[in-house]
Amino acid sequence: MRSIRTTALFVSVGMVTAACGTSLPSGMLDKLGEGEGELNLVIWAGYAEDGSAYPEFDWVTPFEEETGCIVNSTPMADSAAGVQLLRSGEYDGGSFSGNATDRLMAAGDVAPVNVDLLPNYANVFAGLKNQAHNSLDGVPYGVPHGRGPNLLIWNTEEVDEQTTWDGIWENAGDYEGKLSIFDSQDFIADAALHIMASDDDMGITNPYQLTQEQFDAAIALLEAQFEHGPQFWSGATFTEQITAFAAGDVTIGTTWQFQVNSLAAEGAPVKAIKPAEGTTGWSDTWMIASDAANPNCMYKWMNHMMSAEANGQATVYFGEAPTSQQACDYAETIAPGHCEQTHATDEPYWEDIWYWSTARKDCGDEDANTTCVDYDGWVEAWTTLRGG
Amino acid sequence: MVPMTTEGPSFASAAAPSRARRVATWLHARPRTQLRLLLAAPLLWLVLVYIGSLAILLLNAFWTSDSFTGKVNPFDWSLDAFVQIFSNDVYRTIAVRTLGMAVLVTVTAALLAFPIAYYMARVASPRMRRLLVVAVLMPLWASYLVKIFAWRTILQGNGVLAWVLSPFGISGPGTDELMNSWLVFTYLWLPYMILPIYAGLERVPSSLLEASADLGARAGTTFRRVVLPLVIPALVAGSIFTFSLTLGDYIVPDLVSDAKFIGNVIYDNSALGQFPVAAAYSMLPILIVVGYLLVARRLGAFESL
Repeated sequence: MRSIRTTALFVSVGMVTAACGTSLPSGMLDKLGEGEGELNLVIWAGYAEDGSAYPEFDWVTPFEEETGCIVNSTPMADSAAGVQLLRSGEYDGGSFSGNATDRLMAAGDVAPVNVDLLPNYANVFAGLKNQAHNSLDGVPYGVPHGRGPNLLIWNTEEVDEQTTWDGIWENAGDYEGKLSIFDSQDFIADAALHIMASDDDMGITNPYQLTQEQFDAAIALLEAQFEHGPQFWSGATFTEQITAFAAGDVTIGTTWQFQVNSLAAEGAPVKAIKPAEGTTGWSDTWMIASDAANPNCMYKWMNHMMSAEANGQATVYFGEAPTSQQACDYAETIAPGHCEQTHATDEPYWEDIWYWSTARKDCGDEDANTTCVDYDGWVEAWTTLRGG
Repeated sequence: MVPMTTEGPSFASAAAPSRARRVATWLHARPRTQLRLLLAAPLLWLVLVYIGSLAILLLNAFWTSDSFTGKVNPFDWSLDAFVQIFSNDVYRTIAVRTLGMAVLVTVTAALLAFPIAYYMARVASPRMRRLLVVAVLMPLWASYLVKIFAWRTILQGNGVLAWVLSPFGISGPGTDELMNSWLVFTYLWLPYMILPIYAGLERVPSSLLEASADLGARAGTTFRRVVLPLVIPALVAGSIFTFSLTLGDYIVPDLVSDAKFIGNVIYDNSALGQFPVAAAYSMLPILIVVGYLLVARRLGAFESL
């Protein structure tokens, strides 16, 4: 709740700054200086643990001791909320998924990163560098944090073995009131992805870039699902999903590996898979705000988050794939089999995972003839679905 | 050292009073300037900080935002946000739901508050009255959020209510029901209704009630024709709180129900960077409350606050 309050505060600040100011994209840092003593981050919950949740997961305290940069972090509910938090001007940077990074880079809210100042960058898997979601014109705009798929989860005592997403779509009626759904317009892509796999006539080639007809089909699928009274979780309330699954209030839904691990640790009877259709997912990036007040601390943090210890711990904690072999090796020492489980180096595994990305009017392609439903359209459609 | 310290203040005190006195003399002859200077600071606060920020917020409603990056383009005038709100039924549904809840909560609070306030003002002994006033005020000492979370634990799937109801074969409401908001809002705002009615009833002179009885009116008639007309302004004053607080709240519906209220749509849209829509939609509760206050003023509510 505190986070809702502070978010509201920052949003109002954001409204004023959005109204008055235009941020200039600033250049790269060319030399690393002393830390400023403070670092303010927008994060996905669980990306900056200081041992208060579990003493063994603490990669913030060593960083603070080493650099003198005291870390303050605010979790985002979803990517769009994270974008607005960063734009409030209160933050030095944060961990963002592809549907935030593309907007932040285009708007100049984040600065290019001088990776020469980050010794640990050299260790990062080559396949994660200079991707569309973390670079612009070949210039890196951040460093990889980790990646993972959105999973299908079910209660093994209440629900039969699943192999596809049908359980939350066509068969949603079997789990009346027991569905657990990600509360964000980004979830529209999950509906589109299911149609992409099950209905060739619709001609969906990218679940994030949908023509009006394809979009309407996805919304119709969601409307049918909403008839069955799903319950909602988000990046700010995902612990509630853990409680709900543990209590049996919900029996099937979408989730992250984090919740699966937590539930497994509690001994809850759950199983999670990447269904046959493939899935949506994320590949997260630490980015620095173009108006960062503490750029040196932010650079030190980015370097820290690529270190074997920090990246190993963080990715084990969240249940996502580490970004370097060194981090994998470290992760093995605290969670044996972690890198194999999360498919850190198994590229074919990632081929049918569609990383979060933002809907664009021009469909994000060269073809001038096609137009797609833009992001405003997604937000409005979600408001309509949720508010009706 | 000693001469210095004595000389310093004496030098200052020789100059300062005369200057201050000159200012004072000048001001004494100009009472209007005095008033202006006195009001300057609070007015500056009110106009610049309070109304100014509100104006900037509302201006967003008439600006466009980039559909990809979500950045607002200031002074790029457009009515798109209003078109969106008027063309999509969901905004009307949510407005009606919120307004309906505000009315429902107000009526419920009034029905619950009246007997309590009446007992406090006219029946209870002075000792009992003091105790009841404390009891009514007591919940206001606890944080609003703490109280909502307390209700969550009462309402949730395996919460207190489910436990109480289970012997009767009824399951708990869970935290998804719209009507949970009704319950929690009524609980939260009840003191704001009791206190004005209590104050209003206390002001009704006993002589009027006696006169009514002497003229042959029964209790019901006295209540309808004497007490009620006299406490209507107090009732309306209380309803300003229950109505406007419900209309603007977004935390209660978010935490104890699954329903979206006007406040949730504004919050969600601003959190997602859809400032024009958020700003355009915020005009609705502002208009409703302004209208309500105008009616309340006609009914004399402000005299009984």
